[in-house]
Parts: sequence; structure tokens; C-alpha cells
Amino acid sequence: MKIRVMLEKVMNVILCLSGVTAIAAVFVISLYMLINGVPAIQKVGLVPFLFGQTWRSTGSNPEYGILPFLLTSVYGTFGACLVGVPIGLMTSVFLAKIANSKIAGVVTGAVELLAGIPSVVYGLIGMLVLVPNIRTIFHLKTGTTLFSAIIVLTIMILPSIINVSVTALKAVPKEYEEASYALGATKIETIFKVSIPAAKSGIAAGIVLGIGRAVGEAMAVMMVAGNVANMPSFFKSVTFLTTAIAKEMAYAPNGSLQKQALYSIALVLFIFIMVINMVLNILLKGRKEK
Amino acid sequence: MDIIKTRKLNLYYGTFQALKGIDMDIAEKEITAFIGPSGCGKSTFLKTLNRMIHMVPGVKITGEVSYRGKDILSNTIDETNLRKNIGMVFQKPNPFPMSIYDNIAYGPKLHGNTNKAQLNDLVEKSLRGAALWDEVKDRLKKSASGLSGGQQQRLCIARALSVSPDVLLMDEPTSALDPASTMKIEELMIELKKDYTVVIVTHNMQQATRISDKTAFFLVGELIEMGKTDDVFSLPKDKRTEDYITGRFG
Repeated sequence: MKIRVMLEKVMNVILCLSGVTAIAAVFVISLYMLINGVPAIQKVGLVPFLFGQTWRSTGSNPEYGILPFLLTSVYGTFGACLVGVPIGLMTSVFLAKIANSKIAGVVTGAVELLAGIPSVVYGLIGMLVLVPNIRTIFHLKTGTTLFSAIIVLTIMILPSIINVSVTALKAVPKEYEEASYALGATKIETIFKVSIPAAKSGIAAGIVLGIGRAVGEAMAVMMVAGNVANMPSFFKSVTFLTTAIAKEMAYAPNGSLQKQALYSIALVLFIFIMVINMVLNILLKGRKEK
Repeated sequence: MDIIKTRKLNLYYGTFQALKGIDMDIAEKEITAFIGPSGCGKSTFLKTLNRMIHMVPGVKITGEVSYRGKDILSNTIDETNLRKNIGMVFQKPNPFPMSIYDNIAYGPKLHGNTNKAQLNDLVEKSLRGAALWDEVKDRLKKSASGLSGGQQQRLCIARALSVSPDVLLMDEPTSALDPASTMKIEELMIELKKDYTVVIVTHNMQQATRISDKTAFFLVGELIEMGKTDDVFSLPKDKRTEDYITGRFG
């Protein structure tokens, strides 16, 4: 009997410690980002850093403006969502409500495979297939453009959106759909007017995951976006927040302002993702309470 | 006048025969109750009348079912219109996860009514028809999930009324409710029969005697006996009916 009581207490402590680990990690990371990210911003100035249009970290007269990266990340993510969300949602509807189990099995397998492909492979295929074709089709000097990055990101966020949305759509109680059919609704009407609204918070969670993946992706984007610190434009080579860090981190001298500025970019990226998460969460909860 | 007729209706789930040669006439503006033990086919029969049973994979049906002279088993029937005319209320209250107003407006909107003023009228009329208006008129924009079980079921009845049906099918509409809510819905059904034909499946024999004009007794897929409720309960013609209603099995 005593052993069982002891075991109970020990397990409680272990479970509690596991919970603390996650919180501690978030806390330590936030702290580390702040400590390392703030100095460069102080030296450069918050406004010139965030809204400066020129990034020239290695020149004799260096400038550290990250607006090109910031806007590229915003445009890239938005563009990927603009195309990826409708496709992902339609695929989810197809899988959860329309396809018979055989076809659904094949498509689900393909989606899972898509989720499992390493991002460097996406980048490689983008580089070998997408970039040359975009160059020829649109008669550009180079095919490494924001447009190429958006296409790659679109495909990369599909599995996140689809997996979560399918689960949400399948969890919609059959009774809702029956009630709709009994009122004379067709299948498509029922799906779009009852099932999707009923699953909206799950679908939104999938979209949040997708956005997270698009904002945070570095490797694949680096291989197809050209990595020039241009202000974003559809058919120009661009640099994302992530790639700006990855590209220079390896050769920036320790302790230099350049390295510190890279930490600051990471801090901005970190806050950027947190803000997106928070805004979407508030939007979702606000809707739920209604 | 008989509004729904079935002749030699057989229904199979795969190889299992769930309905065996059902001949039935359902009269207009009456309450017809289906009674019988679980698995006797009464719900299956009910769902055949608005083709909800067609959504079950592997269902095969032979025989005839007609609604106002139209063959509803025909592949060319307008299912949307049929279900507008023959509404259904389910066992478990199943309001949509939206506002009370949107629950009621859903059906009329489906059938093409988008006029705001007309929708407002319809919502009020339907809720009054289901004896729910006074309880919810101040919170039409609130979520339907905040209502009690009995209110939710009356909302579902109002939702069914919103498309001006002719017939209402009710599949054990009070089995998930407490006695007070059950009583309200029974009173409502007696009100409804002035304007609608009501067909109800019930496990509760007292309920059948309280509200129905005709009673049909089902047993393992067969219609054993059907007649005026008073006759069926006081002078059952078939020994099996007598055994069931006196509680010897079921």
C-alpha cells in the first residue's frame, strides 16, 4: 500500500516536471533571443532597423534595414496561404466527405508522404524543375524569385492544413448533416453550409500550423528565392527573414554588429510568429464565444 | 384521405431483410404512431418515407411507396423537394451549431428565400408553431446550444416547420427528454396535427395512447397490426400485439 502511495507521488512529480520543461524551454529561448537580439537594435535604432530599406551588412558603410526581409516573409506567407488554403480545404473536404475509402486511402498516403519529404528536397526539386521553367516561361533573367518561393511554400503547407482539417471535418457529428439532408439540402450544400462551419475552429488550427510552417521555412526557400536583399516583387530575387539569418550566420565574425543584427532578425521572426499565433487565437476564441 | 401508401415494401440491408412486405396507408392530418420492440424495423420504415434510408450504403428496396400519388422510390424523384414536403425530427435534438435564428432560416434559405423581412416572419411563425417563440424571442442571435434539451428539440421541430412541410416524421422525438419536456412536445404534436400529418416512432406505449389516432405495431420487420389507437390497445386482433402491449415481451 505504501509503495502505491509513493508511486503516486513520484509520478505526480515526474508529470509536473515534464510540464515545467516545456515552459522553461519557452522562457529560456525568449530570454536568450531578447538578450542577444536587443543590442544591435539599440545600436542601429528600432525604426531604421525595422523600416530601413537597405541591408548591406558587409559593406564599408554597413546598413541594417530589414524591411525587405520582413515584407518578403509577409508576402511569401500570404501568397502561399492564398493558394494553399483553398486547395488544402477542398482536398480535406474531398477526403473527409466525398472520396470512397479506397481513393481516400491513396490520397491520404500521398499527403502523408508530402509531409514527410525533407525541406531540402523540396528546395532541390524547386531549384531543378521550378526555377528554370519559371525563367523560360516568364522570360526572366533569373528564375529564383518570390514567385518560385511561393509555389514551393504552397505545396509545403498543404499537409499541415489537410491533416488537421480532415480530422476536424470527420469529427462533425453525423446528426448535423442528417438534419441538413432532411431539410432538403444537397450534399454540397450540406458540406459548405453545415460541415465546414461546424469544423471551422479545427480548420483554422490547420491554417495556423500552415502559416507557422511557411513563416519558419528556411532551407527550401533559400534554394529557390535567390537571396538578394531586394524589396519584395513577384519576379525578383528576394530574401526572407529566415534565409537572411541562415545565409550570413556561417561567416559573420563573432561579436560583430553583423552577427548581432542577425540575432535581432531572429528576434523579429520570433515575435512575428508569436503575434500571428496570438491574433489568430484571439480571432478564433472571439468567434467561439458568439 | 390517405397521403402516404406503401405496398409490398421489402427492404434489405445487404442480405438482411429489415422490412417484409409492408402494406400501409397513412391518413392526412392524423397522428400515426409506430410501436414495437427495438430492431423491429419501425425507424427503418419511417426513414424510407423521406428517402433518408437511401443514404445508408448497401440498402435495397422493392415494392411501392407513394406520397400523394407520386412514386417516391423512383430514381427520378426530386429528393430535395420530397424532403421539403416530408420533414423529419430526430431522436436526439440536433440543432446546428449556429444561432437560433440561423437554425430556422437555414431551410428557407436553401429553398431560395433570401428576403430578410420574409425570413424574419418565417422564423417567428415557425418558432410560434413549435411553442418556443416566447422563450427565445429575446435571444434569437444566441447560439442554439445554450438551450435546454427540450427547447432544442422544439427548435428542431420549428426548423422542420420552417420549410412548410406537409408531413412530419418523428423518430422517437422524446426519448432523450425529461417528462416535463416530453409533455410539452406531446401537447405540441396534438396542436400540429391540425395543419400537418404526423408520423411518430415511439418506444413509449403510453405516449402512443395519449397522442395518436392510429397505431401500427411492428415485429421483426413485419407490420403485425394497424388500426385506430383505441382499438389496437383495447381489442388487439393479433395475439402478438396483445402480448407486446400488455408487457409480456419487448
